[in-house]
Amino acid sequence: MKRINQVEKGFFRDKVPEFSSGDTVKVHVKIKEGDKERVQVFQGTVIGRKGSGTGETFTVRKMSYGVGIERIFPLHSPNIDKITRVRQGKVRRAKLYYLRDLTGKSARIQEKLDEALAQQADDQPQEKTEE
Amino acid sequence: MTRVFAPDGDEIPVSVIEAGPCVVVRRKTIEKDGYEALQVGYGERRKNLFNKPEAGVFAKSGLEPRRYLREIRGDNTVEIGQEIKADIFKPGERVDVTGISRGLGFQGAMKRHHFAGAQITHGQSDRARAVGSIGSSSYPSRVYKGMRAAGKMGKDRVTVLNLEVIQVIDSENLILVRGAVPGKKGTLLKIRQTNRRK
Repeated sequence: MKRINQVEKGFFRDKVPEFSSGDTVKVHVKIKEGDKERVQVFQGTVIGRKGSGTGETFTVRKMSYGVGIERIFPLHSPNIDKITRVRQGKVRRAKLYYLRDLTGKSARIQEKLDEALAQQADDQPQEKTEE
Repeated sequence: MTRVFAPDGDEIPVSVIEAGPCVVVRRKTIEKDGYEALQVGYGERRKNLFNKPEAGVFAKSGLEPRRYLREIRGDNTVEIGQEIKADIFKPGERVDVTGISRGLGFQGAMKRHHFAGAQITHGQSDRARAVGSIGSSSYPSRVYKGMRAAGKMGKDRVTVLNLEVIQVIDSENLILVRGAVPGKKGTLLKIRQTNRRK
């Protein structure tokens, strides 16, 4: 078991950004078109994280032209260029599946302010080094 | 099992196998034993747990006793005492993996032999997982031998053929193989180069 964990570690992304359910994130996805590669950004609310090790995934939900879109990303996939947290949300559960039944005003998530401020101070210099 | 990523982002389901270090304990020859084979030792175990015959096999070739002793048949030129490690495998190679499958205990005919089971509806009750008919009528008036039925399942010697080696980690003696291998975690496995055509 220990050895499996060791092997898995070799496939983790270098820097796993800190984020959890309720946060709004930007996921930069690498897309291959023929031999060209470009990066597409998917922005939405994280409604859950699932699994462990190399198999860990997270689900991002957004509303697009009135239709709910959910995408499940493998956290450590090399196809994900980077993940950035836009806004930290204040939620009381780990899986926000109830958002699927809500639209408009009721589907909003309150911002987690006190920690968000502290985080912003930490995040900003980091982001500059990334780019 | 776990999964790893290929450089292009593909996810590959893999089994992590500790392949060695094995040590050659004895060479069997046609003149002496009637066939060619290697006896190979693997794994550690407290020394006082070996009985004298077990320890003697290793002492004869001046080696530390190993937990497992297995034979690999075939013509060979490997010296006694030489170590066999994971680096004999290369990524992209195909291998066959043999081991003892997980013991599942007493299982019904549906799980064990993929029988269809009976209807749940049409007035039936408590019959859904039953074997159903096991023979004909007044002729032959008996059940044929070898009729498949419920019983102990698993714990068989199983060989999974033609698995692709994804990665070899020399320093840890680990190889990653695409797909599942027999047995539960910690099962002793035999790996050989496959004779299947690509």
